[in-house]
Amino acid sequence: MATTPELMVNNLCVQFGGLKAVDQVCFSLKPQTLAGLIGPNGAGKTTVFNALTGLCPVTSGQISFNEKQLTNEAPHNIARYGIARTFQNIRLFRNLTVLDNLRIAYHQNRQYSLLCSVFRSARFKREEAQITAKAKEALALVDLADKADHIAGSLPYGEQRRVEIARALMLNPKLLLLDEPAAGMNPHETQCLLELIRKLRDDLQITVLLIEHDMKLVMNLCEELFVLDYGHLIATGDPKSIQNNERVVEAYLGGCMA
Amino acid sequence: MNKLSSLIKGIILLLAYLVVQLLERQGVLLPYHVQILSLCCINVILVVSLNLINGFTGQFSIGHAGFLAIGAYASAYLTVVWQAPFLFAIICGGVLAGIAGLAVGLPALRLRGDYLAIATLGFGEIIRVIILNTDAVGGARGFSGIPKYTTFGLAYLMAIFTVVVIRNFVTSDYGRACLAVREDEIAAESLGVNSTYFKVLAFTIGAFFAGTAGALFSHYLQYMAPTPNQIGFVKSIDILIMLVLGGLGSITGSIVAAITLTIIPELLRGFAEYRMIIYPILLIIVMIYRPAGLLAGNELSLSGITQFVKGARAHGNHT
Repeated sequence: MATTPELMVNNLCVQFGGLKAVDQVCFSLKPQTLAGLIGPNGAGKTTVFNALTGLCPVTSGQISFNEKQLTNEAPHNIARYGIARTFQNIRLFRNLTVLDNLRIAYHQNRQYSLLCSVFRSARFKREEAQITAKAKEALALVDLADKADHIAGSLPYGEQRRVEIARALMLNPKLLLLDEPAAGMNPHETQCLLELIRKLRDDLQITVLLIEHDMKLVMNLCEELFVLDYGHLIATGDPKSIQNNERVVEAYLGGCMA
Repeated sequence: MNKLSSLIKGIILLLAYLVVQLLERQGVLLPYHVQILSLCCINVILVVSLNLINGFTGQFSIGHAGFLAIGAYASAYLTVVWQAPFLFAIICGGVLAGIAGLAVGLPALRLRGDYLAIATLGFGEIIRVIILNTDAVGGARGFSGIPKYTTFGLAYLMAIFTVVVIRNFVTSDYGRACLAVREDEIAAESLGVNSTYFKVLAFTIGAFFAGTAGALFSHYLQYMAPTPNQIGFVKSIDILIMLVLGGLGSITGSIVAAITLTIIPELLRGFAEYRMIIYPILLIIVMIYRPAGLLAGNELSLSGITQFVKGARAHGNHT
């Protein structure tokens, strides 16, 4: 079993004008870890995700994934390397069906050419059938097989979050980034989500990095935690040690006691 | 089932053509009527191709007449000066317009929303002004003496070809990528869709078909004048109105709207000066009651119609 890190983030800095949203952050992820990125609001967690997926420019530092340099690559290329993500404010294609949402994500694996699609060749039909089957499989994984023909925007919030996860899985990712997957979920839904994430990691053998404010979920699920505060990485370790880390408690509860 | 419905559609299209031919031979349809039908077909090509850009890919372009102008003048030049065969001229017109689409799309599609609209509007006017100042195509006097090559049959065939190609495009992975760009560019990018590529692709394909429509148009009118309402922004807006009225993102909506809005002005000829009052009022009424267009992004389909009829019948049995 390889123990070399899959994802390496080295001295990552992201600056917006005079604001250093992410400052000198270093961390690495081993394959098939369940890791969490936590920190108070505005700590720069989502910015780290955006930098990893190419959505915001990296000011300095390096990101490498399986020894490939990803720093400042275009987002669609990063998706090709096997990094998939969900968004904090759900970005489904709201007016399309759930099935189409998922089929779009198979885009980079599509083999048929433009002419094949215009002339509806046998290859086109065969591959489209495969794509649809694959999408239904991914929907079944998140327990939404019966919602395939619904319009994505019409689903309840919790189901939309799961559709977004299924859509990310259509990329066959090696690393899945989940931005606040449990936001707006009730305790029961959160528990189901926890089991789902664990199942995905075990069945698909992927690495998961998630941002989450629900500490119960984070502490129960994650094997490794990274804590951000004002753009700095202030602590790294397993959930137990993070819970007892003074700097983390200070960041969350304020420093008046120190 | 799928093959059967394609077959039925093919037969309906063939029958429609034969009926027109028969009625024309019997003298029920005058040459004037057949002319209008040809114009309907040309407008269908224009609106469906604009739908690919505006409706499916979500890039608001209002310079479609610019591509029409390129196709119209290039093909006319080929048939008049070089005596080239018409089919060759149509293809050349389309390809040239496609190249122009690519050249304009690459820089312009970095812009979004209103800015893109203004850039494409500007592009359309640039084309018109270039034509206005090119003596080889008649300059401001207009380009006359274009042979009457556009027949109803050819226009009809081209319209069907355009609709089939664009429908097959939008229902493939390519089209889904375009829809993804329209719905949420950031999400599309994060799923591996190269949004710039698909914007430019849709723009180029749309421009190609607008060019072929232009070739049909110039050989239909036999005279091209570089005026705003023939190849300038007024024409672009005309196409846009048809598109919006039919519903962005609905191919059948585009077809219905293109045909209706070509025929209505002709029907209103009897009302002379009131025509330009009645026509906009009709548009306003449609927009009030169907704000997302006649078909609002949905498609008319055979199965949909049969289901509707069955549903109505079942409902009738209940009451």
